[in-house]
Amino acid sequence: MSHHDCTEHSRSALLRKAAAQAGAGLPDIEPGMPLPAGTGLDRRNFLARSLGMAIAVYGATSLAPRALDHGIAQALAAGPPDTVLVTVFLDGGIDSLSVLFPHGDPDYRRLRPKLALADSGLVFPEDTRLRWHPSAAAFHALHAEGKLAVLPAVGYTNADQSHFTSRHYWEVGDTDPRLQTGWLGRYLDHVGKPDNPLQGVSLDGELSPSLATAKKPVAALSGAGEYSFWAPGVWGQVEERMLAAIGSLGSSRGHDKALAGARAVTFQSHRLRQQLEPFNGGFQPPVPYPQSNSGFPDQMAGLAAMLAAGLPLHCVALSANGGYDTHSDQAQDLSDNLELASKTLLAFQHDLEARGLGNRVLTLVWSEFGRRAEENGSDGTDHGAAGIGLLMGSRVRGTMIGEFPGLRGGLDEDGNLKATVDYRSVYCSVLEQWLSTDAAAVVPYAKSFARVPLLQ
Amino acid sequence: MYRGHFGPAQAERLLWRAGFGPRPGEENRLAKKGLRGAVHSLTHPKRDRLIGPKPVDDDGHPIAPIDAWGHDHLWWLDRMVRSNRSLVERMTLVWHDWFATSNAGVGSQRLMLQQNGLFRSHGLGSFYRLLLAVTKDPAMLLWLNGTDNEKDAPNENYGREMMELFTLGASRGYTERDVREQARALTGWRNDWDDDKGPVNFHYDSRRHDTGTKRIFGNHGHFDWQDSCRLAVHHPKHASFFVGKLWSYFIPVDPPAATRGALEKLYVRNHYAIRPVVEAILKHPLLYNGPRMVKPPVVYLAGMLRARRRGIDTDAWTWLSSQAGQQLFYPPNVAGWQDDRWLDTASFLARWNLVGRVLRPSVLKDDDKAPLNADKLLARALEYWGRPRLTPPTKRALTTFAHHAIADADRKWKKEQYPVLIENALRHLIAVSPDQQTS
Repeated sequence: MSHHDCTEHSRSALLRKAAAQAGAGLPDIEPGMPLPAGTGLDRRNFLARSLGMAIAVYGATSLAPRALDHGIAQALAAGPPDTVLVTVFLDGGIDSLSVLFPHGDPDYRRLRPKLALADSGLVFPEDTRLRWHPSAAAFHALHAEGKLAVLPAVGYTNADQSHFTSRHYWEVGDTDPRLQTGWLGRYLDHVGKPDNPLQGVSLDGELSPSLATAKKPVAALSGAGEYSFWAPGVWGQVEERMLAAIGSLGSSRGHDKALAGARAVTFQSHRLRQQLEPFNGGFQPPVPYPQSNSGFPDQMAGLAAMLAAGLPLHCVALSANGGYDTHSDQAQDLSDNLELASKTLLAFQHDLEARGLGNRVLTLVWSEFGRRAEENGSDGTDHGAAGIGLLMGSRVRGTMIGEFPGLRGGLDEDGNLKATVDYRSVYCSVLEQWLSTDAAAVVPYAKSFARVPLLQ
Repeated sequence: MYRGHFGPAQAERLLWRAGFGPRPGEENRLAKKGLRGAVHSLTHPKRDRLIGPKPVDDDGHPIAPIDAWGHDHLWWLDRMVRSNRSLVERMTLVWHDWFATSNAGVGSQRLMLQQNGLFRSHGLGSFYRLLLAVTKDPAMLLWLNGTDNEKDAPNENYGREMMELFTLGASRGYTERDVREQARALTGWRNDWDDDKGPVNFHYDSRRHDTGTKRIFGNHGHFDWQDSCRLAVHHPKHASFFVGKLWSYFIPVDPPAATRGALEKLYVRNHYAIRPVVEAILKHPLLYNGPRMVKPPVVYLAGMLRARRRGIDTDAWTWLSSQAGQQLFYPPNVAGWQDDRWLDTASFLARWNLVGRVLRPSVLKDDDKAPLNADKLLARALEYWGRPRLTPPTKRALTTFAHHAIADADRKWKKEQYPVLIENALRHLIAVSPDQQTS
């Protein structure tokens, strides 16, 4: 948490953390603040025997670990799902008016006398008033490759300017402060398996509220498990050969039940070791990721490796690097964080493509709101309303969704950007077009939200 | 009775099923006795003798089985490795699983070891006497609430499990009424509590016993705990339960109906003696030409240590065994270990790690010498384990590995270095091979 975060953001983050950890004993949430979805959901740390690693499982309390293990093993055997949805959260409310800034808007320099950016030359061809932030060259490149759909003003009417509340609305897919299931959680409740917690995975170390389910299990992966075969006095090429030989020992069957069973387990263990290499630091991503102290590039690289290994992940949620609540000293912080986040996302996309997974993964990048059009007195910006959203993937229709409303007519009475696309339109469209599910079963009042074409 | 060839291969299987695998060459010596002589030598063992180095912990100190956590496991593992009475130890393991008592509920290694001694001394004797001894055994009295069971507040725990798991089988020839009446008959046991020593002074207190009339399996009487055991053993469904369960520890497929009937008769005719039934099972053709069984983790480990003539010299065996799914004195529940579920991807890794720990002291170092010849390396690695028999697919996989790894040695330093690494790897691969996980 950097020094210039607003106190409300710091406090909400702490409260959320406490809520996520507290289980039964909930902290006092500030009056009017909604409880994060999934608050109090039973968290069970258990060793997934079929994975050889510890995971935290939320929900499906009635299921014994054995049943979850069975479910994971079944899902591993059944093979990975056809589509994967990854949601990346930019925590704090990213300043969309800097990420894709209205260079050609006459009011831009008036509203942002200190923070207005010089022409980066990274033109956004669909609306030539707009330029990409110089640190967002990776987004410019992705867009040029046709793999990035940009929502320049996504949000909802009567935007709530509380981090806590607005984030909650995004997480639960409704402007209902009391809703306690996440939009992805309800989707998994609708179509998910009763016993495969890996169908909904948070990479943040604790449950992502958007994944909070009512009945089906979901999981958080944090610390890597160890599933590796070490043999004393064996290394290098010979070790590689030895590890492959484990697979050979398990590759025949025969009629004897116990022997065939032992061979099958030997082979499964061999396969699992390969699948879990991402956790053991034993993998090299096929493309370079940015070097950073932040865990985000490693998380994304690990995610690509897990997907490539065939782990049965379906919905994945995580937070990007950095905090975007830039009330002061915005220029440098935003530039650094945006550069790392965008470069990592580009690397992830290219990684997926290099692994032949490009067509299977859709990544949604979101933030709880955008920021005030007019800068504040401390070289920063305050909480706003609509902001930028991104959809990344090889099958994405790489064009603008909604439009940039302009600073003259496009601001609400508080001076914040008005939404030209409702975030629930995006959710409904993702559910229907990417996840092939009736959005009405997941998003309240789904019929009232227009659908936007997402895919080619 | 098995009438086929009884050679070293058959003797090796017998040693795994009725013990903890052969010491180097033991299968050859046993084979020379013929089937009858071999089985007799197991069921009528000589005076108890422990062969080999005494057990020590990681610091080289003698183990403390009553006091130190995990040393109970080491203590028994040591007996499995060093005792000259393999079948007695194996039967002790059978009874530990049959009357599964966990120290997780008892909380006293002393009482657990005391119970273990009871299994050892009654292991091949009379099942009725064994049942009587178990019924009043302090660890069992704590584990299944025998000392909580008094006339004014009956506790059905032991009475129910005694019928369901120990003598008759679930829903076989008893009713819920019988459970309640058995509980009444079993009342009277108690113990005191000492703040320093814990549970002490286990004894029968007739004032706590329900002296009223009970009706058990249709019999009426002023039954007590001995009657309770007697009625269960005399129950017409007991012999079939006993034979089926005992058989399953040695042979993984059901006995043919005729065999089952004959064994039941043998059991009853010999007044519920265990030894004749075990003898008959060990001579049955299905033990020799029937399917394989997965070795329980402690059997697998004890067998490797026996093959290497290695004593207990590390605490690590306790947690490594636990990871592999079998910490002695801690069965998962009163039904014992699930013997058909020993192997999964997690326990396979645990077994791999067990092997690594067995290999560690004798691992070949970089400056050791080994021949640049795949077949010779495999022969040497097999020799290391006492020349176990391998199935053709396993032999092929190992041979292919060795040849490929030798072929990788395309430089001078590799030609010098790789053979040692390959021999180490072969030792590891042989021990984790599906052939060695089963017997």
